Amino acid sequence: MDFTLTQILHQLWIARIPIVQGLGVTMAAAALAIVAGSVLGVGVGLALTYGTRTLRWLTRAYTDFIRGTPVLVLVLASYYILGAAGVQLSPFQAGVLALAVFCSSHVGEIVRGALQAIPIGQIEAAKAIGLTFPQTFRYVLLPLAIRQVLPTWVNTAAEMVKASTLLSIIGVGDLLLASQEVISRTFMSLPFYFFAGFLYFTVNFAIEHFGRYVERKTQIPS
Amino acid sequence: MASNILEIQNLHKRFGAVEVLKGIDCAMKQGDVVCVIGSSGSGKTTMLRCINMLEDFSEGTIRIDDQDIGYEIRNGVRRRKSEKEIARQRALTGMAFQQFNLFPHMTATENIMLGLVKVKNMHRDQAHAIAEKWLDRVGLLERRDYYPGQLSGGQQQRVAIARAIAMSPKLMLFDEVTSALDPELVNEVLLVIKDLAREGMTMLLVTHEMRFAFEVSSRVIFMNQGRIGEEGDPREMFLNPKTERLAEFLKSSTFN
Repeated sequence: MDFTLTQILHQLWIARIPIVQGLGVTMAAAALAIVAGSVLGVGVGLALTYGTRTLRWLTRAYTDFIRGTPVLVLVLASYYILGAAGVQLSPFQAGVLALAVFCSSHVGEIVRGALQAIPIGQIEAAKAIGLTFPQTFRYVLLPLAIRQVLPTWVNTAAEMVKASTLLSIIGVGDLLLASQEVISRTFMSLPFYFFAGFLYFTVNFAIEHFGRYVERKTQIPS
Repeated sequence: MASNILEIQNLHKRFGAVEVLKGIDCAMKQGDVVCVIGSSGSGKTTMLRCINMLEDFSEGTIRIDDQDIGYEIRNGVRRRKSEKEIARQRALTGMAFQQFNLFPHMTATENIMLGLVKVKNMHRDQAHAIAEKWLDRVGLLERRDYYPGQLSGGQQQRVAIARAIAMSPKLMLFDEVTSALDPELVNEVLLVIKDLAREGMTMLLVTHEMRFAFEVSSRVIFMNQGRIGEEGDPREMFLNPKTERLAEFLKSSTFN
């Protein structure tokens, strides 16, 4: 079916509210998953690097298992298996949980790599002035690690935005689902998929630029 | 007679089956400047690192300012103290490292302030004033806002020394602080240490700078294969070594 530009713009105008709402859900889901996943991921990275043998083994099993599982499977498991086990989560909550868990395993690995790359002399110098480990982490390791993980972390954040499209499978009204609903009503598949793609690109483009801005701002002068 | 600042008794350190320290006894009084010399692998650095618990030690006791460092005997069993207590005890000593180890994301001033604010719970203004005082003392006040990456090796080491000393430690430990420096930068660091020695700072230094050890120390310890091979007045030791091993070591060392 051929549509004129006027028809497309007209339908886009009519569908503006559900699409903006869908975009809002996508951004909220991705943002929550990134924040929760990153906080959890820092804990995972710490455990992988400085944990006792048992803790290291447990977190290693966790990251390997999660990273080896497709996000779609995690999303479905989080909704259906938790539901069957008596933990009733809304599709949105279940989706965010799955994304956050997935994000945490990736961030955990990134943080481990960054922490292990910090010279041991930094920890020794911090110890030598009497800092406790939590203080060393807060004032020495974390600021150095953050600078190292930033580029890869931005990448993971963008992946989370893209992975959030999978939440439409369990009925979360995200940007993709909102677009599909408009398409099923108007049959304008190409223009609306293209428009959705453009919005995803814009969000990720913004994340990437924000990442580069933070990278520039936190660069250590030398 | 003044009591000892540092007292080491029968210190042993093993890395698995290898015994690196085989029973060290040593004491230092307020204002002593003791240089530890010896060939690589003789245990000099390990001894220094045991004193501030950067290395756990296997046997013996280390006392600083009448406090048992790192371990306590409870019900006849030797136990490692809590991490918090060990962190507190580490602040009794200051340490300067071969690789400086300044925090690269902090300016010279911030490097010095961190311990004052977070360990000594000092107000930021007071910590700032102390940091500036010490930067001035090591001749780097005008570089106070520079990051380590913007400083030369010698300047970084001077900031690192200032960072350690600003914490007012009872004892300063120097671990081959000039070994990683270009030859022309060695002197600026040695001058700072000499200056501190003149002021009565109690210092234990591991060094390969023989002339410096000769000039600055009130006592020299020669370590050999995990034991104290010889100990005494620098003049006596450098000019009339009693053991053959020390004589050999001195012959192979450059004295400049």
